[in-house]
Parts: sequence; structure tokens; C-alpha cells
Amino acid sequence: MTQTTAAPAPSASKQNLVLSLRGITKRFGAVQALTDVDLDVHEGEVVALVGDNGAGKSTLVKVMAGVHPQDEGTITFDGKPARIGTPAESRDLGIATVFQDLALCDNLDVVANLFLGHEKTSAGTLDEVAMEKRSWDLLRQLSAKIPSVRIPIASLSGGQRQTVAIARSLLGDPKVVILDEPTAALGVAQTAEVLNLVERLRDRGHGVILISHNMADVQAVADRVVVLRLGRNNGDFAVADTSYEDIIAAITGATDNAVTKRATARASQPEASALPGHVSVAKTDAPEGETR
Amino acid sequence: MSTTTPQKENIGAVAADLQDERLLQSQGFGGRVKAELGRLRGGDLGSLPVVVGLIVIWIVFQSLNSNFLSPGNLVNLLLQSAAVGTISVGIVLVLLLGEIDLSVGSVSGVSAAMLAVGFVNHGWPIAVAIVAAIAAGAVIGLFYGLLYTRFGVPSFVITLAGLLGFLGLQLWILGADGSINIPFDSWFVRFCQQMFLTPVASYIIAAAATVVYVLASLARRNQRAKAGLSAQSFVEIGVRAGLALVVACVAIAYLNSGEGRTQGRGIGYMVVLFVAIVVLMNLVLRRTRWGRSVFAVGGNVEAARRAGIKVNRVFISVFVLCSSLAAVGGLLAAGRIANANQSSGTGDTNLNAIAAAVIGGTSLFGGRGSAYSALLGILVIQSISSGLNLLNLDSSVRYMITGAVLLLAVIIDSVSRRSRKSAGRG
Repeated sequence: MTQTTAAPAPSASKQNLVLSLRGITKRFGAVQALTDVDLDVHEGEVVALVGDNGAGKSTLVKVMAGVHPQDEGTITFDGKPARIGTPAESRDLGIATVFQDLALCDNLDVVANLFLGHEKTSAGTLDEVAMEKRSWDLLRQLSAKIPSVRIPIASLSGGQRQTVAIARSLLGDPKVVILDEPTAALGVAQTAEVLNLVERLRDRGHGVILISHNMADVQAVADRVVVLRLGRNNGDFAVADTSYEDIIAAITGATDNAVTKRATARASQPEASALPGHVSVAKTDAPEGETR
Repeated sequence: MSTTTPQKENIGAVAADLQDERLLQSQGFGGRVKAELGRLRGGDLGSLPVVVGLIVIWIVFQSLNSNFLSPGNLVNLLLQSAAVGTISVGIVLVLLLGEIDLSVGSVSGVSAAMLAVGFVNHGWPIAVAIVAAIAAGAVIGLFYGLLYTRFGVPSFVITLAGLLGFLGLQLWILGADGSINIPFDSWFVRFCQQMFLTPVASYIIAAAATVVYVLASLARRNQRAKAGLSAQSFVEIGVRAGLALVVACVAIAYLNSGEGRTQGRGIGYMVVLFVAIVVLMNLVLRRTRWGRSVFAVGGNVEAARRAGIKVNRVFISVFVLCSSLAAVGGLLAAGRIANANQSSGTGDTNLNAIAAAVIGGTSLFGGRGSAYSALLGILVIQSISSGLNLLNLDSSVRYMITGAVLLLAVIIDSVSRRSRKSAGRG
């Protein structure tokens, strides 16, 4: 707990806390996927959730999205305790989740996909004009580069699809947007496009949880990095004053591995003062690692 | 600064959906025509191949037998199309979901048998017999839908079982008689056989339909213009409406013309019913939430489910509609020959209905198609069948040629799917 209170960026702590998870635990049979995980998201803050494969990122996302409710732990939303049992409850609460596969219908056009399941109607028929107008407003706000909203999704690039999926998640005016690996399959330019979009979400005051394997992306847009390792919190860093190596060390657990511990101990002896961040991680991390 | 100001002025003049500089601007009617040509080159063929195919088929058969395009033969062709065409509308719905119903022939046979036994043998009022037969179709569809959604059995297998099972039910209903004649003087048989629109009524309906189309287009145009979106040009609306009216009037005049054996009787009530079903189904598919959800489920079931669409309800409702339309088709077929027998709905009914939907341009892969494909496709199938009949060709040849046309249609579907992919049109 000490690391969470110490780490948040000064800018974030001023803003309202929107979503707060405490002591989240989730078991699948004999597997303890999440143990005592904490997570805070403030308004207008981008929190990167990182961790190795199997660290529990996806499970935590599913807890927040209502796909798998937690076994233990509390969720507080907007200061009030909340129960997220189904995807609909999550959405109603104001949490929008964009899963990695985007869940778009290739054969439908952009407008149809944006309003899928929530179409506007007038006199029993689809109100295409109102939907198209709203689509343009929304896409303009996001400065989305989509040439036409009347072309099927299949003809859009990966970045544009991601944009459509994110824009769709904003239609319900959520407070928190969860993006699951939004840049995983994208090229350089498209990744930049999506990162711009993430910044625009922050500017609009949404809390953003960004799951990513790409440290460059994380450092480019995130305010805070929350590291999960083997289902536990393993560090909470303010991006501004944390180095790439620190985060990697927390992800891989390089600091609680016997071999690397010896190696770092030997290496840090002559240059301990040169790597203050590194050492502090090793310290905060050690008790967590040993209690396991 | 100096570079941004002219751009801003530009934006004010251009509709909200045409501002992107990468969009190839297609202004006015000429631009619209050019855009359509580009769409075709990109593999988004729409109904073009089937219309071209239909014209080719008509030219070939007319050159082989001058009676083929006579008003009398075309009137018969339309009447023959109505029953299987109605079944085919249901098939379009199932194909849009990426599923299939192989039992529509048997279901149509069951409904024909129920009509004949109820009306003739048990003396039910004809309306009751008709409603009972359609309700039976709906129940069969509900049964399929529940099996599909509860147990996840592929629709191919469920309906293959239904194909046999309901053929048995049909034989059981007909009992020992095997063949029941429906009286010629009953209202229903006259509706299917002898009732035709008068020429005047035909013209009035065509004109009214054109007026409705123009008014609806103008209303949509105004609404879009008010919302700052691009709108159809007046020229385009006028040209479309004018073309449709001219084609309809020429067709009506031709179908009512001729003398002696080739005299055309005009447009039958049954044909009007079929076309009305097609137009209505097209509206429902394009303009309602239910229709949108059918396309969504056909495109990506998981996405539709996550978007909050009640996917199981969509599946069940489509199976119910498909079987109900099959029942209606069975009734029309029975009414047309004033008879229900053990071979009603057997033979090529099934495959013709499915082939019509595919030939008309509804994709077998789901999510792509239109109610109009049932209309166009059944015209192709019936034209081939009627032309081969006129040539006194054996049914063996007829089956082979219909099979070849179906194969061609499926190949066109697959190839255009591939070229759509490469042209980025999904």
C-alpha cells in the first residue's frame, strides 16, 4: 500500500478519483489469477496497466468490464461503492471497454457500427440522418481521420477501426474508458493516431486505462503506470520520473529473481547512487515477492 | 493563417460528410454516375450480374422460340415465380444470418396439405385453413430456432432432418387420398389463378408507387440538407423516378397486350402479393432496428452480442419468418394448381428457392444481400425453366442447366467477395 500512496503523479492527485479498486481477488478453480490488487483512476488521467503474459491484466479488465465479477475486494465508483456483475452494469456505471478484437461488424458502415444495438429511431424506423450527424460530430471532436461514415468497416485501416471502436465507446458518455492493447496490430503512423486519440480522451476529462505491452506507447501517453506481476500489484510509477528500465524490471520481476538480485547487487555496489529509481523499486518490491 | 482561411470557407460550403479531402468528390448527377461505375469496378456488383444475366437469358430463349417473350408467356412466368419467390424471400433472411434452411420445400408441402385437408375434408372456412397453415409454418420455424439457439446444432443439420420429417408429416396429413383437389370456385383458388389487376388499376398503382417514392426521397433530401449532410440531387431523384415509371408502364402495357393464344392477362393478384412481400421485407431490413440487427448478426455474431443485441431472438425470429413465408409459398403453389398432393413442395422447390436467393445476389457467407434478390433470382430461374419447357426439353436437361446457373451464381458470389476484399469494400 505504501507504494500507491507514494507514487501517484502530483497532477493526478488533485483531480477527482473516479474508479477505485481495493483488494481485488479472483480465482479460476485452483488458479489465483488476481490477489489483493489495487487500482485508482482519476478524471483526466491515463493509467497504463502493464505486465507480462499471465500477469492478470486481462482478468482485471474483465472484472471492471463486468465479464468476470471479482471474488473478493471492493470497487468504488465516483465515491460510492459499486457492484459490477454484468457487462451492462459496467456500461451503466460509466465504464466503457474497448476489447482487443474491437467487435465491429465488417459488413456494416461506420454509422451502423457506432450505433449498433442503440440505434436512434423515429416513428419506428431508423433515423439515419440524426445518427449520421451525431457520428460526424463525435468523429470531429476526436479529430478522427475517417473519410466517409458511409463506407463499410472492412475498407478502413486498423487505426481507423480502432478509432471507430473508441468513438463507439464514447457514445454513452462514460467516465472511464478501458482500452485493451489498442496499438497491438498497428503500424507506426496508425499507432501515433491512436495515441493522439488517447490524449484527446484525457483532455475531454475521461479517465483512461490503457493496457499495453509497448513501453514506448506507455511512456508517450500515460501519466501513471501500474504494474501487475503474477496477479499482484508490483509497482505504481509516475511516468514523468520513472525510467524505462524500472518499469521493465517491475514487469519481469528482475528484482525478485535470485540470479538478477545477485547480479544487480554486484553491479549496483559501485554505482548505487547512479540508479536511485532502480534501488527503490527493488526495496518496495521485495516484501511483496517474499510473501507469495 | 493565410492557408487556413480559404479552407474554412470551403468547409462552410461543403456538406458535413464530404469535407474530407481524400474523398473523391462526386458532384451532381454526372459525378454520381461516375461513382457508381467505380463501385462496380471495385467488385461491389450489387444486382448488375443478375440483371445482365436475365437479359441474356431472355435474348437467347427469344431467338430460339419466338413465343418466349410473348405477353401470355410472361404473365404465366410471373405467376409461376410468385410461389417459389415468396419462399425465397424467407431464404434470403436465413442466408443473411449466414444460416440455411433446407426444409422450406417440405414446410410448404405441409402447409398445402393442411389447407386442402382443413378446407376440403373438414370443411373449415378457407380463412381459418389459411391461418392454420401459416401458423403451422411459424411453429416449425420456432422449433428450428429453439433447437438452434438452445443446442447450437448447425442449421444445416436441423433443417435437413426437417426436410425428411416434414415430408413425412405432409404425407400423414394427406392420408390415404394422397391428392386433394381444392374447388375452383373458392375465393383462394380464384385469387391465385384468375384474379388480375385491370390495366387502369395497374397504372394507378405504378403512378402511386412513383409518387410515394418521390415524396419519400424529397423528404429525406430536405432532412439531410437541414442537418448539413450531402443530399441526393433533384436530377437524380427525377431520373430514378422517371425511369422506374417508364419501365413499369411499358411492362404493364406489354403484359396486357397481345391477341389470341399469346394474349396477356395482365398482372395477377398473386404477383402483386409477392412483390408487396418483397418490397415490405426490403423496408423492414433496411429501415428498422430488427433489420439492422439481422445484418449485424450475419456480419459478426460476437460483435452483435456485445453491442447488446439479443442474438437468440434474432435467430428465432428469422427462422420463424422463413418457415412462415415457406408456408405462404406452399399455399400460393397449391392455389395455383388448385390441388395439394404428395409431391407438393418436393422435387426442385427447395433448391429453386435457395438458388433464387443466391442467384439474386444474397451472399451465402452472411451479412450481405437484399430482399430484391429473391425477386430477381426467381425471375432468372423461372425464365430458364419456362424457356426450356417451350423448347420441349426434357426435365433432365432442365435440372442440369439450373444446376449450372446456380454454380455460376455461387462462383460470382465468391469471386466478387474476393475482389471486394482487394478493393477494400469488405
